[in-house]
Order: sequence, then C-alpha cells, then structure tokens
Amino acid sequence: MEVNKKPKFEVNNLNLFYGDFQALKNINMNISSNEITAFIGPSGCGKSTFLKTINRMNDLVPGVRIDGSIKLDGLDIYSDIDVIKLRQRVGMVFQQPNPFPMSIYDNVAYGPRIHGIKKKSVLDEIVEKSLRQAAIWDEVKDRLKRNAIGVSGGQQQRICIARALAVQPEVILMDEPTSALDPISTQKIEDLAVELKKDYTIIMVTHNMQQASRISDKTAFFLSGEVIEFGETGQIFSNPRDKKTENYITGRFG
Amino acid sequence: MDNNMGHNEVKPDSVNETDISIQYMKRNVKRDITEKIVETIFLLCALVGVLSVTAIIFFVFYKGIRPFTGEDAYSIKDFLTGTKWAPSENIYGIFYMITASVLSTAGAILVGVPIGVLTAVFISEIAPEGLVKIVKPAIEILAGIPSVLYGAFGLGVVVPLIMKITPEVQGQSLLAVIIVLSIMILPTIVSLSESSIRAVPKKYREASLGLGASKIQTIFQVVLPAAKSGILSATVLGIGRAIGETMAVMMIAGNPTAGMPESIWSMVRPLTTNIAMEMSYASGRQSEMLFATGVVLFIFIMLVNITLIKLTSKAGEK
Ligand SMILES: Nc1ncnc2c1ncn2[C@@H]1O[C@H](COP(=O)(O)OP(=O)(O)OP(=O)(O)O)[C@@H](O)[C@H]1O
Ligand SMILES: [Mg+2]
Repeated sequence: MEVNKKPKFEVNNLNLFYGDFQALKNINMNISSNEITAFIGPSGCGKSTFLKTINRMNDLVPGVRIDGSIKLDGLDIYSDIDVIKLRQRVGMVFQQPNPFPMSIYDNVAYGPRIHGIKKKSVLDEIVEKSLRQAAIWDEVKDRLKRNAIGVSGGQQQRICIARALAVQPEVILMDEPTSALDPISTQKIEDLAVELKKDYTIIMVTHNMQQASRISDKTAFFLSGEVIEFGETGQIFSNPRDKKTENYITGRFG
Repeated sequence: MDNNMGHNEVKPDSVNETDISIQYMKRNVKRDITEKIVETIFLLCALVGVLSVTAIIFFVFYKGIRPFTGEDAYSIKDFLTGTKWAPSENIYGIFYMITASVLSTAGAILVGVPIGVLTAVFISEIAPEGLVKIVKPAIEILAGIPSVLYGAFGLGVVVPLIMKITPEVQGQSLLAVIIVLSIMILPTIVSLSESSIRAVPKKYREASLGLGASKIQTIFQVVLPAAKSGILSATVLGIGRAIGETMAVMMIAGNPTAGMPESIWSMVRPLTTNIAMEMSYASGRQSEMLFATGVVLFIFIMLVNITLIKLTSKAGEK
C-alpha cells in the first residue's frame, strides 16, 4: 500500500499527567497526511487532551507534564519547532463555536493580520478564499461587516473553520466540531471535512459513530487514556480486533 | 447550639404531617411581621439616600441661582466666561476654573487610564501569583488613603520635584494636579478593568492562541477589545473622581485668583477648590457665587453619570 508515504505525525510513548493524574498512557500512533483521522471513545478517555497536545494548547494548563515525543514532519514539536509556528501549521476548531466578538471579516482576517499581513487587497482575497473553502461565503458575503456572534451556531462554526484556514495551516484539529450543531449544519461540516482533506490533514474527535465511519479514513479508539485500537476505519467498524472496541462501537458501553 | 441543630434535623422524620403544618403556620405569622418590619427599615434606609440627594440638589441650586435673579442680578455670561475672581470688587468669573477642572481631569485620564489598564492586564493575565499578591493589595490600599494625604504627598514630593524643572517660580501647578489625580484614580481604573478583563471568556483566548497569536497579541487584539465596555466605565468613573477631588488638589494647585492656565506649569484653580477655599468665611453674594460654582460642578458630574449609565446599560444589552 502506501508504505513509502511518510507520516505527518509520529507519536512515540506519549504520556501526559495533569498533576498526579495520568490522562494519556503510552500513546504510539502515526497519522498520515491528506486523511481524516477520527478519535472515538467514551467521555473522559483523553481524546481532547491528546488533540490539544498535538498543537500544544495543553501548555496553557498549569501543572501539566508530558513525556515521550510527537514529531511533525520529523521535527519534535516540543524541542524543534517554535510553539507559535506550530500552531500556525496546526490549526484548531473547538467544540463550541468561538468566533471573536468582532465582524465576520475581522474574525477571518485575524490570523493573517497577527502574522503580519496588512495589505487590504491581500486580506480581502484571503478572507474570501477561506470563507469559500469553509462553504459559507454565499451565506455571509453580503454581511462581512456584521458581528460574527450574531449568526447561527452552524454558521459560526464554519466561520471558525474559515478563520483556521486563513492562516494556511497544514493540519486541522477538530474537537467535536458538530456536537453543538443541527443535522444540516453537521452535514455541511462533514462534507467540508471530506473536501478539505485534499489539501489538509484532519484529525477529528467525535462522539458520533456514524460520523466517524462516514468520513474518516483511520479511527483510533481511546479508553481511560490508552489507545485500544487504531487502524483503517472500515476495519475498525466492521471487524474490530479488540473486544472493548467492539463493545463500544456497538453501543454496549460508554 | 450543636445539639439543637441535631434535633431539628431529626424531628421532621419523626413528627407526623399535621404537626408540621401547624408548626409552620405559627412560624409564618411571626415571620411575616418580622419581614414587614425589616422591609420597612430597608425602605427608610433607601429613602435617606434619595432624600439627601434631593435636598443637596435643591439647596445648591436654590442658593446658586440667586445671584443671577432679581434687581442687581449678575450676568450669567460674565460668570461663565470671566477669568477673574475678585469678590471684593464684585467680580466673579469662573471660566478659568472650568478650564482648570477640565484640563486637570483630562490630564489625569490621559496618564492614569493607560497605566491603570496596563496594571490590570498585568495582574490578570501576566503576573505570577506571587507578584499579584503584592501588586493588588498595594493598589487596594491606594484606594483607602485619605485625600489629604495625597495632598501632603503632592506638596512634599511632587511639587518640590516640579520646582526643579519648571520655568515658573512655584511648583504648584496643573502638572502637579495631574500627577496626583492620576495616582488617585488608579485604584478605580485598575479594579474595574481587571474584573472586566477577567470576565472575558477563556474561549476567546484559546481561539487566538490556537491561531498562533502570542500572549501579548492575544491581550491587545482580543482580550482588551472584548473588555472595552468595562474599561470605558472605569474611565468614566475615574473622570468623576478626578473632577470632584478637592482637598488634595487644593494643596497643590496654587489657586490663583485670575488667569487662564497657559501651560502645565501654570497655577490652576479648579471649581472644587474655589468652593472649598472660601466657603467657610464667605457670606452674601460671595457665598451664593460659590454655590453657583457648585451648580456648574454638579452639571459636570451629572454629565459624567449619565454617560456612565448609558455605557453600562449598553453593555448590559450585549
Ligand atoms: N485541565 C485539566 N486538569 C486536570 N484534569 C483534566 C484537565 N483536563 C482534562 N482532565 C482530565 O483528563 C481526562 C481526559 O479528559 P479529556 O477532556 O481529554 O476527555 P475527552 O475524551 O475529551 O472527554 P469528552 O468526550 O467528554 O470531551 C479526564 O479524566 C479529565 O477529567
Ligand atoms: Mg473532549
């Protein structure tokens, strides 16, 4: 198969502690580019923790301790890459849509501006392109100056995706991006994710088994901070190797 | 005490229903009366405030409008535009005082607000906990220092320092007033800004940092804009405090009897100090003119308060 394709992320023996509590236990995983990788597992099993470790958002949590390594394109994200640069390359979409209380335009232009782009024409272009990519341009193109807080939750989430795309990341992390949304908005975001994987690597946490099986290429099943099983989505859902995985996806626990 | 509480906890289980309801009915009557009494006390207390405000307004306006009515009425225009205050010559011009009040307040805001907001940012976003434990109480103590001590500090430290660099012969000056007022409004600015900065949801900070913004960029581009309305309210409260401050200002302003302030080195006589300096011995027209000064001051304070109410109600709508 794709044996010669280099992984985007290589995670080796990763352990994470919140104080005395070990939230991630010896994680090993290779994540390929231009794929959607889904993280599933019961609440509190460490999916968000792992996701936030990938772009070092966990650095903000006091008392957090990490050992092991995560490499992005072969470079260690803790020692070889500047954290700002890392977050530019690895964008994040959160569970709750969190647009800034400013105009839709300023939301999307925020990242490029932070990274030094000032020219109006360039910003205009980035904003339009990102909103188009996020499949929301047509809905908001006439009200770019309106406050982003005032649009629907599903639109807010797509604006947040556009905002993440505007800094031209290589990877997009999504933490239950559709859990606060209605089925139609969910559908739009799923289609969007599938569309985006042509250009990006996508890692998505989801509680929705159908969602994982519909759109992801690989699936990782987490339980109590451990990765129980990681592999092709088709195989995980049709023919899980581990009994615990089978129990979980068939809804017998969690 | 402990025993009693133990009894109460156990009782409801062992007593039958009618007993309980009778017990409650008895209590209700007694409680209703107490409640009524307490409510009335609350009302009376509230009335003290309302009555005081009404009385003060009425008194100040009643006295302050007198010199501009009747046979030997003083011209309001001369009063508001004059730049000389000489009660012995029947000259009462307060324009230079209005200017002094406005300039010293504006100066204090210009200096005090940035320092206060940055302090608030430091306390809430940047400083390690140990340092917060020093900076915050220091600011809070600042709020409790009586204004006469600020005046003493101004006279003992600020004025002599200004003496060293001023082209004028004295150190009492607009600059001295601005410096001392800036310090005096700091606690208001800091504490209100801090709470509005803390109220900014964490998700905005996460979103910004997640896009690769630095901490400082996040503070200035996201957190402060989101805390804007609280910071504005703090500023308006600071204006109120600065424009009304009397004692400290009187000790360091110089309080000349005439002349527009020409530079930050000029002596000034804000509205408040004019009233405080002469009220104790003034009588007749002079006294009424001091009340008229009070009316002008009052109008300024009202404007400040209306702005504040507008601002806070707007923030509430969001
Ligand atoms: N900041 C923190 N400090 C201490 N413990 C934390 C912190 N964040 C998460 N935890 C703990 O780490 C474990 C994993 O949490 P995490 O948020 O990663 O779970 P999750 O799999 O994303 O769950 P959910 O599906 O409910 O979002 C939980 O037991 C949680 O209580
Ligand atoms: Mg989670």
